[in-house]
Amino acid sequence: MKQFDKSVGVSSSANGEAFEVETRVKSNDEVNGEYRLLILDAPQKVLDCQPGQFFHLLCPVTSQNAPYLRRPMSIYGFYPEKSELHFLYKVTGEGTRALAELLPGDTFNVLGPLGKGYSIRDDWQQLLLVARGVGLATLAPLAQEAQRRGRKLTAICSARSPEVLMSVELFREMGAEVITVTDAEGSSGMENIKAIIQDKIGAGEVDALYTCGSNRMLTLLQEIGAEHGIPGEIALEQQMACGLGMCQCCVRSFRRNNQIVHERVCREGPVFDMQEAMGW
Amino acid sequence: MVDLTTKLGTITLKNPIMPASGTFSEDLAGVIDMNALGAHVTKTITYEKRGGNPTPRVCEVRGSMLNSIGIPSKGINHFIQNVVPYYRDYDVPLVVSISAHNADDFARICEAITVPGVDAIEINISCPNIEDNGKAFAMRPSSTQQVMTKLRGASDLPLWAKLSPNTGETVEVALAAQEAGADALVVSNTLLSMAIDIQSRKPKLGNLMGGLSGPSLKPISLRMAYQCAKVVDIPVIGCGGISTVEDVVEYLIAGASAVQVGTATFINPTAMPNIISGLEAYMTKHGIADLSELIGSVRDDDAADAVVFMETAP
Repeated sequence: MKQFDKSVGVSSSANGEAFEVETRVKSNDEVNGEYRLLILDAPQKVLDCQPGQFFHLLCPVTSQNAPYLRRPMSIYGFYPEKSELHFLYKVTGEGTRALAELLPGDTFNVLGPLGKGYSIRDDWQQLLLVARGVGLATLAPLAQEAQRRGRKLTAICSARSPEVLMSVELFREMGAEVITVTDAEGSSGMENIKAIIQDKIGAGEVDALYTCGSNRMLTLLQEIGAEHGIPGEIALEQQMACGLGMCQCCVRSFRRNNQIVHERVCREGPVFDMQEAMGW
Repeated sequence: MVDLTTKLGTITLKNPIMPASGTFSEDLAGVIDMNALGAHVTKTITYEKRGGNPTPRVCEVRGSMLNSIGIPSKGINHFIQNVVPYYRDYDVPLVVSISAHNADDFARICEAITVPGVDAIEINISCPNIEDNGKAFAMRPSSTQQVMTKLRGASDLPLWAKLSPNTGETVEVALAAQEAGADALVVSNTLLSMAIDIQSRKPKLGNLMGGLSGPSLKPISLRMAYQCAKVVDIPVIGCGGISTVEDVVEYLIAGASAVQVGTATFINPTAMPNIISGLEAYMTKHGIADLSELIGSVRDDDAADAVVFMETAP
């Protein structure tokens, strides 16, 4: 007779376990005009996370908002030493509107940690990440892990304007070289980002590329990666229902061995090989 | 000490709670104790590989959800080699859900899946996502009878027919399934539905239409479970919108011998084990020693038959 099965094959989450737990809201404040930072007091068992993993959040039903399904959200920070779990989010729909109504002291049900996170192979000594807007939240734990493992990290952070650039200080604190590009300054175009990355590659400073979310960034990094033979990983988003792999809702297409295969973002991902990922 | 066991023909379940097909897989073992469940019901498989529908495959509506997943399937060989052995290690009956486009293909997979380790076969004759415009065998008594008769000849395992709410002939379809040799009825699948984004004016599902599930489906499925339990002699398994102990008790009173929990697991993966312990506590509190005290105990004596069997629009 099988016991409580804590290791479900190769694609299970970091520690092979996910938990549905009640957390307590410590704070939920605006950090600039566009984003909010939710800090939760969470039990230790859900804080054994990998960069790139996500939680499935049961956003509260309020008098104004009634989200039904959980909302997947990538981890912005996890700090077992202070029992904290951080999420950085932008209010865009009913789920995040409800999330913004959480007050300190409220209980909040989360499921996780879920999915397969970013990998940092032993021979990837110099890492380069590119992200825009709230996508930087997804990559923040990677910067922390790079620092922990003594890897060199360059972070290209993109945003509409310097005022809404997120996480620049956080990345600098983690020892990253930060290059900012913004629409307002006219520096966030794909051609400029490409030139910056190719300079770094020319100087022999890039062993692996990381990004998340954006289709345009995927296309650019695939092209650069293929041209220079540099591997990379991308965290993808997709609408989810269960978040555990049961419902088959969150599939995306991938190119593998000259075939197109479908994989679940929640289970085989959310982090995938850069070259296998297909634009959308 | 209360007795949670329930009998479905030749199969005895340790409790009446099992997952609804399509809302359960090995992946749940990372979150709950799979041995706690009354049965394991796997997502519908087809004989051949299938890709499933275009995304988005799910959207939410007020307090419920729509899906048009479309039965992506790795095919029966993969299932027999990988999935059946996985569940063999649990002390829980395994129910495999199958589907096909026509009666002959249905019989072929029914025969092929009759292997050691499988305890019952759920016949998905009601998926709104597999045929054009949501058509399914279980919409009509004649097509139900035809396919179930073929399947009865293809396997000696208990056959559970999963009925559809997309019919105006619930009672006739239930009787046809029983007549053709079904061992139990699962009542029911999702209700064909639609949602449109008013900004883009595009349907919210990639497949345009899909099945409604969640709390808003419950009164409809409960009505059907009641109607079916009234007329058939085989067990009825309630399914549709169950997320609390009270929902389970309501279905049992309506005449269901067991229930399936589906969409609730997407919201709370611990829903099923919580409902099982909650049901035990409920029975203890109310002095109910045995599920048979609840099953079919609805007090409907005063209602006229004409009201009870009034048909809804399809």
